[in-house]
Amino acid sequence: MDWDSKFPQLDPDTLLAAKRAIDGSLRALTRNYGESIENFFYPLQRVLIFFENVIVGTPWPIVVAVLAGVAWFAARSWKVVAAVVAMLIAIGLLGLWQDAMKTVSLVFTATIFAIALGIPLGILMNRFRRAGKVMQTVLDVMQTMPPFVYLIPVVMLLGIGRVPGFIAVVIYAVPPIIRLTDLGIRLVDKEVLEAADAYGCSRSQKLWKVQMPLAMPTIMAGINQTIMMALGMVVIASMIGVQGLGLNVLQAIANQYFTQGIFNGFAIVGIAIIFDRISQAYGHRLQKHLGAVRE
Amino acid sequence: MGTGCRNIWVRSVNKGDATIEVRDLYKIFGASPKDYVDAVRGGLSKAELGRSHGHILGLNNINISMAAGKVQVVMGLSGSGKSTLIRHINRLIEPTSGSIVIDGRNILEMSELELREFRRNRTAMVFQRFALLPHRTVIDNVTFGAEVRGVDKAKSRETGMRWIERVGLHGFEHRYPHELSGGMQQRVGLARALANDASILLMDEAYSALDPLIRTDMQTMLLDLQSELRKTIVFITHDLDEALRIGDNIVILRDGSIIQQGDSQDILLRPADDYIRRFIKDVNRARFIKIDAVMDRSQKNGNGATSPLKSGTTLEVAALELTKASRDSALVTDNGGQPIGLVTLHQITAALSSGVETEATSEAR
Repeated sequence: MDWDSKFPQLDPDTLLAAKRAIDGSLRALTRNYGESIENFFYPLQRVLIFFENVIVGTPWPIVVAVLAGVAWFAARSWKVVAAVVAMLIAIGLLGLWQDAMKTVSLVFTATIFAIALGIPLGILMNRFRRAGKVMQTVLDVMQTMPPFVYLIPVVMLLGIGRVPGFIAVVIYAVPPIIRLTDLGIRLVDKEVLEAADAYGCSRSQKLWKVQMPLAMPTIMAGINQTIMMALGMVVIASMIGVQGLGLNVLQAIANQYFTQGIFNGFAIVGIAIIFDRISQAYGHRLQKHLGAVRE
Repeated sequence: MGTGCRNIWVRSVNKGDATIEVRDLYKIFGASPKDYVDAVRGGLSKAELGRSHGHILGLNNINISMAAGKVQVVMGLSGSGKSTLIRHINRLIEPTSGSIVIDGRNILEMSELELREFRRNRTAMVFQRFALLPHRTVIDNVTFGAEVRGVDKAKSRETGMRWIERVGLHGFEHRYPHELSGGMQQRVGLARALANDASILLMDEAYSALDPLIRTDMQTMLLDLQSELRKTIVFITHDLDEALRIGDNIVILRDGSIIQQGDSQDILLRPADDYIRRFIKDVNRARFIKIDAVMDRSQKNGNGATSPLKSGTTLEVAALELTKASRDSALVTDNGGQPIGLVTLHQITAALSSGVETEATSEAR
């Protein structure tokens, strides 16, 4: 017998039946509820379009001034402001301003959604340890599953366009903020928590007056990672209809336009540097008073 | 949410007076601690419980009456259960069995809400590693308790500033904890506790992390404050000198059990066993033993040539006074100036050397 040379796999008929059943039910779901699902996400589409119009429609000097202002507020360092302005000018000079702004608007909204979703989930994960373990596993799967795989059901349900691209980016980018919120809360010094209890804090007082402020630097690190992952996803998201720098890269791959690829690639790197420097500098500033005591 | 409860407290509680009665307290750490309480009551030892049942005996049959307005010291080495014990008083740790009655109320029967109100209004705690909130300035740390209670901000700031000045940190109120030295940080910890205006002050090895000189300063400050505040202070320490200096009453713990209870004179002059004898061997007896403990109470007539010594004078000071006056004996008077006994240099030297004698005899054995 050849039992050792060929893995005893499930009966091909069974496998086929299973595939058919799953695909069939997903297709049926799409057919029956596709429209209501799309309607459900319609407000999201409006939000995305709104942000894109605002950011793309704003005159470039104002965008540069605002981002420089944000950089100054977050970092209080002229070096960071200079880096941000230099990156923006370089992107503009390469003729990629409009596409870059589309990408910035997508990453910006995706990050805000990921934060709004991730921080509460992180808090819940910390609060309910057992559910947290389940969540931990889900996050592991989310982070290692190739994004193309979960693009399939998203595209099946929502078709091609901004919203499915956005959802894919958020799914891909949300795990770090959840994890690091949980971690940040867990790392808070035991004795400080004891002090909070000893002075009669309620659960919510303890969370908002002690745990969250002390977890903030860790949470900022999570936000930073989330932004980077969202940016990393823009090329993949362009495959399902997201415009911006990612789409240019996709075209460059398809047509072997090396220069177009590298220019757009650099523009993505430039945006990454802008977001990274701003969020990291802010995180460091938060840490200023915590470092020495935490040891 | 808390106002209703708070009113009940204010009505039912006389703030200046808090006795703490710890009764039959047992704490066993492990998977099913309740199952072993009876066995421990029946004499199962800590070692045996750990070896055969995988549970750790934290506290074993603790009974202490802590008087209102006094400093109760709980002394022991690490692992003796002293930190566990102090955390039972505000229920940061739940006991396995027993009761803790404060002003007639068993705090172990309180609901979560009552317990929170109790912690907010009746107790304040100082921690070994300070446990300040690193993201808040000194003043915001000191007013933390008030903020949690929901006190008006302007009012709590005023109280906070008063305590910051009282502990000698004037001018540092807008600094962050990491900008201060250890001693200063613990002053903040103390100010935070005092600003809570609670009748019970729990101090968990509050001075153990400080340098010896700063520690002595902080002890002096605490004694000064206590002479006017008269709080019920529970003070945990592993340092016998500190215990003798601060404690009105001292409990010595070992392996979760009390091995001796009494004031400094009891501990120094009547140690309960060899373990305590070993402890007190290196203590400067002259500084802690008082003449009241060695004087002859039957003689109340001195020859009047020397000025009398006050009750409560330490042997150190008494010996110095007698030597300076070149006398062998002096009258001892109480606070009202009435003679209560006669002390001689011979008695003083005998009391000082009795520690040495114990050592010699134990070596001879």
